[in-house]
Amino acid sequence: MADSAVLPSDPAVALQRAQQGKSYWRRVWERLRDDKVTLAVIGVLVLLLVMVVFAPWFTVHDPYVGSVLRRLKPIGTPGHWLGTDEVGRDLWSRMVYGGRLSLLAGVVPVFLALLIGGFLGVLAGYVGGLVNSVIMRLTDVLYAFPSILLAIAITGILGSGLQNTILALTISFIPPVIRMSESITTQVRHLDFVEAARASGARPLTIMRYHILNNVLGPILVYATSLISICIILAAGLSFLGLGVTPPSAEWGLMLNNMRQALWVSPLVAALPGAMIFITSMCFNLMSDGLRQAMDVRL
Amino acid sequence: MAAADTRTALRGKPERLDTGACEQAGQTRPLLEVENLTKHFAVKGGLLNRTKTAVQAVDGVSFDVRTGETLGIVGESGCGKSTTARLLMHLISPDSGSIVFDGLVVGAAESGLSHRDLHRQMQMVFQDSYASLNPRLPVAMSIAFGPFVHGLAKPAALNRANELLEAVGLDPLLFANRYPHELSGGQRQRINIARALALEPRIVILDEAVSALDKSVEAQVLNLLVDLKAQFDLTYVFISHDLNVVRYISDRVMVMYLGKIVEIGPVDLLYRDPQHPYTRALLSAMPSMDPRRRTVQAQLSGDPPNPINPPSGCRFRTRCPFAEGVCKAVAPALRAPPDDALRAVACHMRVPGSGHSRAVPAVSA
Repeated sequence: MADSAVLPSDPAVALQRAQQGKSYWRRVWERLRDDKVTLAVIGVLVLLLVMVVFAPWFTVHDPYVGSVLRRLKPIGTPGHWLGTDEVGRDLWSRMVYGGRLSLLAGVVPVFLALLIGGFLGVLAGYVGGLVNSVIMRLTDVLYAFPSILLAIAITGILGSGLQNTILALTISFIPPVIRMSESITTQVRHLDFVEAARASGARPLTIMRYHILNNVLGPILVYATSLISICIILAAGLSFLGLGVTPPSAEWGLMLNNMRQALWVSPLVAALPGAMIFITSMCFNLMSDGLRQAMDVRL
Repeated sequence: MAAADTRTALRGKPERLDTGACEQAGQTRPLLEVENLTKHFAVKGGLLNRTKTAVQAVDGVSFDVRTGETLGIVGESGCGKSTTARLLMHLISPDSGSIVFDGLVVGAAESGLSHRDLHRQMQMVFQDSYASLNPRLPVAMSIAFGPFVHGLAKPAALNRANELLEAVGLDPLLFANRYPHELSGGQRQRINIARALALEPRIVILDEAVSALDKSVEAQVLNLLVDLKAQFDLTYVFISHDLNVVRYISDRVMVMYLGKIVEIGPVDLLYRDPQHPYTRALLSAMPSMDPRRRTVQAQLSGDPPNPINPPSGCRFRTRCPFAEGVCKAVAPALRAPPDDALRAVACHMRVPGSGHSRAVPAVSA
């Protein structure tokens, strides 16, 4: 540990440090700082986010206005540096605007599933007994379907559209989050320090707050980050199948589907949305790996 | 006794048991009285997860812990030592039996001692020094947690933690803000001891507290425990499988076998002249420093029987060299042998007229 700063000479400072108890996160950050790959990946994701949020600043053309005269221009065409799609819309604009929906459909379901599934999972793991059995058996029922199949079934019933896509993906991501958080919580709950906390006469909620949550949230968050990449792919997949976002909205999966027919005419242009999906989900995966390593104090 | 009386008076109507016998004998009442404590763990299995059998982890255990003494508990692994500790702390609830702390029945509905109050009076140090500290909290926070839970403000609790760190020989400036993985095993166990002392308990249960430490550190921690006991007027229940350590630290020793007490008595007497065949076998298994006194043959072979289905009668009879018919038929009660009022043994050989061929003769009055 390169932690000479941990040894303050002034008792008041030492006391203050101990009270803050924040140095765990400081240490995570120190570790993260040395991990160049994770930093680069986070940089890419932040750039992507900025571009998507401030899309008008980064694009010249309207993503929804095309021209029959400029259909399927190759990469490097003057004025359209990434070319145009099958109805002559600027591909760069569509990629940037498409990122809005793709990221939304990739992140929001995971976030919602994290809230709902995390709560239920930690509850099941900590309370145990009958509560655990009810929650986990219900989870098993949902788990019986592969998540893509579940998502297809739900959007099939509810109809396409962004809201329904998000709802379907949320439901299909709740079971794995529940299972993961339940198993982590069960592990932590049986450790001696929880027994010791009980032995000090603390009430269950106090133990939860000071001893369970701080050991459980990190791993669950890391797991959720790794789900984002899958979620982006699933969202794109649903759109590709026509069950997700509807045309003419710009969304990477939908764009991939629309330009499928053009694959023989201009393969590079048609493959671009696919490349974006790949890069984004890859970045989220690498970030979750990096975070897991940085957050493991025992290493 | 006077101090105890004021304490109970402050609590309102205490549910006191009949103390007449004790007081007539001129003895002070024990700090902790355990009566017939029993815990069977259900073994589930088969279709529908029904309870099939039970592991008789602790079976009808009764003993006293006197104020200011150190009671050592020894026995093979699986004999119920740790279960007894967890039952005393009420980390698991007993199937039956009662615990009386300082004259107050623990967990009694009306005027007894609530479990929360019990935890202020009784604390425990666990064997695994690493698992018993929260890896995400600075150690000072771990120590301060108990007082904080019992209503002390956080800065005051942390001040208390710093005092305790000093008491266990760790400089607060260096250690208060460290995390468990940054400490050695001995330092972590000191932290655990400090945590146990944070609520100013009167009795501390040490469940294999020094067993995982290497020998030199073990000696330091043992000495620390002895010092702390004098400094804070503590009573210890010291659980260990290390007979030498138990001999060093204990005033009285209790020997357990398969969930029952086989012998209990003052440490010198018990080590010099063990009465129960199991105690004798256990003590003879201690390595001797003197080559002329080394053990040639193991007194005890094999594993203890399965606690799911313990032998009938005396539980030790399957491994006892003196087992007879009566041992199979009747379980011996724990009682004082006729010639020795200080200790208690559960063996037919020590009961006059028990039907065992080696039974001691009755003492003529």
